[in-house]
Amino acid sequence: MKKSKRASTARDHLEVLQTRVVVERDNVSSISSSDFPFHTSNRYPNHDLAEKSRNKIIVAIEKKSQYDMEFDIIGIDASIANALRRIMIAEVPTMAIEKVFIYDNTSIVQDEVLAHRLGLIPIKADPDEFDFKQSTEHPTDQNTIVFKLKQECKRNPKTSVDEKGPLYINHNVYSIALIWEPKGDQAERFKDVTIGPVHDDILIAQMRPGQKIELEAHCEKGCGKEHAKWSPVATASYRLMPEIILKEEITGDLADKFASCFASGVVEVENKMVDGELKKVAKVVNSRLDTVSREVLRHKEFEGKVQLTRIRDHFIFRVESTGILDSEKIVFDSLQILSSKCTMLLKALDIKLKEKEETETSQNNENAMELDA
Amino acid sequence: MIDIPGFLRNSRIRTVDNTDNNSNNGNPEENNSDFEVNDILNFYTEKGSVADPQSMTFSISGEDHTLGNALRYIIIQNPEVEYCGYSIPHPSEDKLNIRIQTTENTTAIDAMRKGLEDLKSLCAKISETFYKANRDFDEKNDIS
Repeated sequence: MKKSKRASTARDHLEVLQTRVVVERDNVSSISSSDFPFHTSNRYPNHDLAEKSRNKIIVAIEKKSQYDMEFDIIGIDASIANALRRIMIAEVPTMAIEKVFIYDNTSIVQDEVLAHRLGLIPIKADPDEFDFKQSTEHPTDQNTIVFKLKQECKRNPKTSVDEKGPLYINHNVYSIALIWEPKGDQAERFKDVTIGPVHDDILIAQMRPGQKIELEAHCEKGCGKEHAKWSPVATASYRLMPEIILKEEITGDLADKFASCFASGVVEVENKMVDGELKKVAKVVNSRLDTVSREVLRHKEFEGKVQLTRIRDHFIFRVESTGILDSEKIVFDSLQILSSKCTMLLKALDIKLKEKEETETSQNNENAMELDA
Repeated sequence: MIDIPGFLRNSRIRTVDNTDNNSNNGNPEENNSDFEVNDILNFYTEKGSVADPQSMTFSISGEDHTLGNALRYIIIQNPEVEYCGYSIPHPSEDKLNIRIQTTENTTAIDAMRKGLEDLKSLCAKISETFYKANRDFDEKNDIS
């Protein structure tokens, strides 16, 4: 009996090392994944794991609104999760103001600062409807959206100095002042959608009477890796699911103390019958809420009773869109982009191999001809 | 006065009739991209070493850790692969090197191809499960 119990704890310990990142008092252990062939602690030694790992993927949506979602992907490696996160931030294209032609700017905001501010305004337009504009190409209705902005600040004639009321007219330039100018077939193509800034109340500049801004802004399609203004996400991040392993029951007043070591909602204290008397017992109810603060590890009385871990293949993603694309679309796009990278490289590999083959056969032919001669 | 480049109207409208200027070729876009694809990837055995199909370095331009680490992980899952690692030789050079060494049973090129295909089907699998989970969530919460 005693022996088998020891064996099972050993197995438990091994499983923890295989599947968990262990958070200790002042270091983190069991960090790297061992899920590859011939690794000593691998659960499936010498198997082709690519297929195995594909078949155990679970996705669960946790929270979702149009532009913000939290979801779990269980059963993937950190390298894949990180590739998706990086693609969402830097490689999912959107439209953003790239060129600004300033006809008139007598405000105190310098031209270049103004252009930069305009670039950062999220523009609601479906990037799938547009092409990337190469630097050699002219702007066309397929790769550019044009906005005009014209605003002049005046003194409010209805308000004298002593009276209360707005002193100036048009003194704040908001993003709503950007007026879309459909070009070519754009008016027809986008008759059902509105193209313009996501938010109408982004302050671009402030003016005083007599000052004026008049400009034309060209939006182009781009990716976040060139400039962050094209990034479709406010945040795209993941964390590993925390798990609190209780090695033995924590009862009585200690249970209250234990619960107070965690964020609220993580640990609850229950009243339970233990050996015929009612006792307070700590129970982990929602480890997702845990911040992994390690507070519990500072207290001597919990030493050896608790293990803080994170599940190594359970990723909690949070994708918060800037309001241009739906957050679910950003996720789909990122998967699509990663997949198309592979398609492209497979194609390139085939082309290179064919080229190599051709040069080799031609060389062989030459050699043969030399021999003939 | 600032010179403003002219806005060419209707120059590349995506309608059915613009296929006629791609006269002799059924799928012009693919051929165009082939031309670019050609220079993305190179592979070679190490300079000075014996030509060996089992060990090769692949050089991919325009890619970074995003693909490098994901591909490395997928390739390493193949039990015939003895070694796989990637590096970005210099941050200002837009280039990614992946080194693959395999057993006698396969070649580095085949291991690379298998890796790319595995990564593709992994993406498809995640896409599919994500789609289902998303649809179920929408149904459960009455989001149209």
